[in-house]
Amino acid sequence: MAASCWGLPELLCEFPALPNKTLRLMRMGIDNGFRDIVRHYSDQIDAATRPLQWFLNTLENAFTNTPWFVVLAVILGVVWLASRSIKIVIGSAIGMCLIGVFGLWEDTMTTLAMVAVATLIAIALGLPIGILAARSDRFQSVLSPVLDVMQTMPSFVYLIPVVVIFGIGKVPGVIAVVIYAVPPMIRLTNLGIRLVDKEVIEAADAFGASSRQKLWGVQLPLSLPTIMAGVNQTIMMALAMVVVASMVGVGGLGKNVLQAINNQFFTIGFLNGFALVAIAIIFDRASQAFGKRLQKHSEVGHD
Amino acid sequence: MTDSTSNAPENRSGIEIRDLYKIFGPNADRYVDAVKNGMSKDELNDKHNHVLGLQNINLELPPGQISVIMGLSGSGKSTLIRHINGLIMPTAGEILYNGRDVMQMTTDELREFRRHETAMVFQKFALLPHRTVLENTRYGLDIQGIDAAKSNPIARKWIDRVGLSGYEDYYPNQLSGGMQQRVGLARALANDADILLMDEAFSALDPLIRMDMQKVLLDLQAELKKTIVFITHDLDEALRLGDTIAILRDGAVEQVGTGQEIVLHPANDYIAEFVREVNRGRVIRAATVATPLPEGDVALPKLRLKGTTTLELAARKLADKDVRNATVLDKNGRPMGVIDMHTMLTAMVTPAEVDEGDDDLDEEDAA
Repeated sequence: MAASCWGLPELLCEFPALPNKTLRLMRMGIDNGFRDIVRHYSDQIDAATRPLQWFLNTLENAFTNTPWFVVLAVILGVVWLASRSIKIVIGSAIGMCLIGVFGLWEDTMTTLAMVAVATLIAIALGLPIGILAARSDRFQSVLSPVLDVMQTMPSFVYLIPVVVIFGIGKVPGVIAVVIYAVPPMIRLTNLGIRLVDKEVIEAADAFGASSRQKLWGVQLPLSLPTIMAGVNQTIMMALAMVVVASMVGVGGLGKNVLQAINNQFFTIGFLNGFALVAIAIIFDRASQAFGKRLQKHSEVGHD
Repeated sequence: MTDSTSNAPENRSGIEIRDLYKIFGPNADRYVDAVKNGMSKDELNDKHNHVLGLQNINLELPPGQISVIMGLSGSGKSTLIRHINGLIMPTAGEILYNGRDVMQMTTDELREFRRHETAMVFQKFALLPHRTVLENTRYGLDIQGIDAAKSNPIARKWIDRVGLSGYEDYYPNQLSGGMQQRVGLARALANDADILLMDEAFSALDPLIRMDMQKVLLDLQAELKKTIVFITHDLDEALRLGDTIAILRDGAVEQVGTGQEIVLHPANDYIAEFVREVNRGRVIRAATVATPLPEGDVALPKLRLKGTTTLELAARKLADKDVRNATVLDKNGRPMGVIDMHTMLTAMVTPAEVDEGDDDLDEEDAA
């Protein structure tokens, strides 16, 4: 050991860490304390997650129990309403049909339900937090490192406390997905509002707009393209996260991928992977086209 | 409000700005007294890192008139106009309107003041890009909480008045700069506020369109008699629009007066420098340079001109009629003086003492 340290004394050679015993006590203290707290409040936690559980189950049942052609028609209808582009609708139809042909329809529905719930929660949380961050520099400076942690912390790591608190199942899966998917929603809402033209805000002020009138009448409509980019990113991240979430018991395409990894099922892995890609592309194209349609006023130039 | 007598300019309040100081920086209050006691802008900036925006501003902006505040960039003119509707709060001083100090208003009072008493037109138009022309025009009314059913006819009326009929459903991005500023003007007028604040409203427009908009504004003002505060960096624009002009430099007022007063009697070299390039024939009026009526029973020239005729127009009339002199009439239409080609030309040519610019130019050319 010392030889690799140019013959230096031990203090300079190896970083002086806390003694092993102290570290063990610290770990056990925190882990046990955390577990005790969770056990003590387990009833309340169950009660709090019950609506989420119910929402998830209802949506999943709706997706899986409805005949496939109805679900397909609804999905294509939504894509058409959002994008108004026949090309995107046809592409979506082909993608969904391929998924069905390869026997992944049911798993895809489970995943869709999961992603839909996670995205809705992420938007419902991210939008107000983003608005608050745009209004207060102090809040933004506190929030920013928190978001950095949420985005860079390996997702497997925060699965641990989520499992400790909520156990195994869909609800902890959704919570993990939301934690992973909400930062872009917050960031882009914040950014979008901050980027709104100062002159237009001043004009609203000069005409006596209250802060609520400014928010709903000026800031949100003008930052909508950026906010829609946030929604788009959130959906993409939620889709990417469902595979990881399958480790805590979420069904669907992610579970198949996880099994394929464990058993080295090359074909199953890729088929399920491509199914995720197909859903991702459908969501992405539809939401981007929707975002573009929202800002049609800014596209037309004058002659 | 609809009573014509109560709306006459004589019965309305002007805006009075008293001892106004504005210092930008975190501890502005600490330095007000020092500035009042003569600390200069540079000293404040270098030693204390605070920027002196406005100092010792005392202005009366009379009701029903266009008051122009003129200055180059950095003179504080845009800061000053934002004090009138409280977009910027002064470090010290008062802005009085109808006996109320804008600075003392609570947030709610200030909001009501902005909704009902003032309207603003911006240099870069500041229209709402997601609203159509019609929706932009009624924006102030929407903010006041007026139904679209009531506000749409008002908005349409003003869109028509600024010459944009047929463009109601266009988005601002589909319009040219001049048309966008017409929307800005219509939006401000639709508010039916007494005070109209125009912050370099025409500066971003092409010269021809600018002239056009100036005419639109003058025509509207002849009828509406609003209390207009107009900011510009262009002396020609100031002279064309302003009933009174205040010239601002480094946050202080250099001279206040009518266009003629400023052109004929510049208060200092700085202003003399400014007015040197002005087309004096368009500013100076016949009455100003007319010689008194000759003594006794001498026949007056046949051509009669109003005292308010500009020298340029007077010269054209004389030339058309091929005469050398004319009688100038006073407000009541009675002769008050005589004007001839010689006096007019002398007045229109820039006087010698401020006319060193050409020589300077020649020297520069030679070098």
